[in-house]
Amino acid sequence: MALHTQQTPHSKRPTIAEGERKDNWLMAPLTFFLVFGFFVVWATFRTFNNDHFFIEKYNYLSPFYSPLITLPESWKIMVLGRSLHISPSLLILPFPLTFRLSCYYYRKALYRSFLADPLACAVKEPKALDTMRYRKYTGERLFPLIAVNFHRYAFFAAAIFMIFLWKDAFEACTVPATGGGIKFGFGLGTLLFFVNVSLLTAYTFSCHSWRHFVGGKVDCYSCSALSKTRYGLWQKISFLNEKHGTWAMMSLISVLVTDIYVFLVSSGVLTDLRFFN
Amino acid sequence: MEKVTIKVFRGTPEEGEISTYETPTFPGMVVLDAIHYIQQNLEPSLACRWNCKAAKCGSCSAEVNGHPKLMCKSSIEEYPSGEITVTPLKTFPLVKDLVTDVSWNYRVSSRIPPLVPKPDAAGKPFNMQQIDVERVQEFRKCIECFLCQDVCHILREHDRTDAFYGPRQMVKLASLDMHPMDNLDRKESIKNDGGVGYCNITKCCTEVCPEHIHITDNAIIPLKERIADEYYDPIQGLLRKIGIIKRTTKQPFDSVPNEQTTVHSAR
Repeated sequence: MALHTQQTPHSKRPTIAEGERKDNWLMAPLTFFLVFGFFVVWATFRTFNNDHFFIEKYNYLSPFYSPLITLPESWKIMVLGRSLHISPSLLILPFPLTFRLSCYYYRKALYRSFLADPLACAVKEPKALDTMRYRKYTGERLFPLIAVNFHRYAFFAAAIFMIFLWKDAFEACTVPATGGGIKFGFGLGTLLFFVNVSLLTAYTFSCHSWRHFVGGKVDCYSCSALSKTRYGLWQKISFLNEKHGTWAMMSLISVLVTDIYVFLVSSGVLTDLRFFN
Repeated sequence: MEKVTIKVFRGTPEEGEISTYETPTFPGMVVLDAIHYIQQNLEPSLACRWNCKAAKCGSCSAEVNGHPKLMCKSSIEEYPSGEITVTPLKTFPLVKDLVTDVSWNYRVSSRIPPLVPKPDAAGKPFNMQQIDVERVQEFRKCIECFLCQDVCHILREHDRTDAFYGPRQMVKLASLDMHPMDNLDRKESIKNDGGVGYCNITKCCTEVCPEHIHITDNAIIPLKERIADEYYDPIQGLLRKIGIIKRTTKQPFDSVPNEQTTVHSAR
């Protein structure tokens, strides 16, 4: 790398403690830490729980277990000294999880809340962490963080899952009819499924990598009919992309709420509120 | 609120302290007005850089209660406690009081070659469509206040001025790389000289921009994606190799005279 000009090191300046931020800057990273932390703990529990994820009566399938996969009985793993059936969720969750972990919005939030790098804007980074983790700051240039450059692949994997989740939402509108066949049915769970899949679609298709793929990489939009079309699509995705962070958080919460609802109804703690049939 | 307490950093690179002043207020008053009051009535030697007082020149950048801000755009009413602390930009070398030496930004900027027109467009007025200029027009709003450079933790906390150009220069690079008339292949320079990979997308630059440029979403992330296309995407690499994706026909970066990209250090 070509070394470019350096300026006077910070150590040559007087410290101005009174100039530090005095507002409640810790609130945002702390809130994300708690919400995302809870999501990780709950998702881990549900993955290894491997139960209460499908309600046949209403065709409700938890998003953590979508698409519905049946694994052979002989597939087992050892967890804490116990032999357990492999949860289908173990094969499903890595895809949406990779999409979220490499997402440009989550990167910001995770760097702030989990790595304190930085905790908040214009806030001094904790000295203890500074000493512990740095030889020299390298950003996203070296392993493992360089892997975030594969976010585009995670997007395409996550986009495939949208097909299954929409299918699940429409299937949740059906209930078994007496005497065989299916009939229309709609409950609170169905509503949650549609809200969840809509938010997930908005989050997935407002992705920065998708925006780049569709039209961001084009320099001249007026040069051909195809590039004009790409410009139109790029504009629409840009509109969605402005709220990418909002979609990211709302869809995280909706996945959580939908799964908890399926878990509670399936385990008999709650009864599904039915609007039709 | 009839009076406001202004705590201002007074000092040099060797020593300094916070001095406290009381100034009267008036409707529509901004922090820069308070600094001017102090200069005119209480402390004529207080050093501060300013010019337009209309948030268009980018001169009066400082840290107001720890937030990088333009003093001329910081209304006194935003601080109902009646106590405001004003300190110089932390990232840049201090000259005196509120004045810092931001020349590093200009030296880095001079390393970025200007637009190199396509051979058939050189020397003629550009005939361009609105849809082609819309995206880069946002970047032209930059007033070079360097608040984004100040808040960027890579420069501010990690001192990586040796490796990362900073958000302001990323905006400049994006405006050139996305320009339909530019014929210079800048990818390698964006990756290696500019150090776009150092940015970890914390969006602080976007938060402080007084011109509301979407620095991260519209400049840095698209540049990162362009670099990923070129260096980190194995499928695109393969498609380029077998000729399905065309290789760039832009002029190599090395073809620009060296003196255009050489900067002499201040030290």
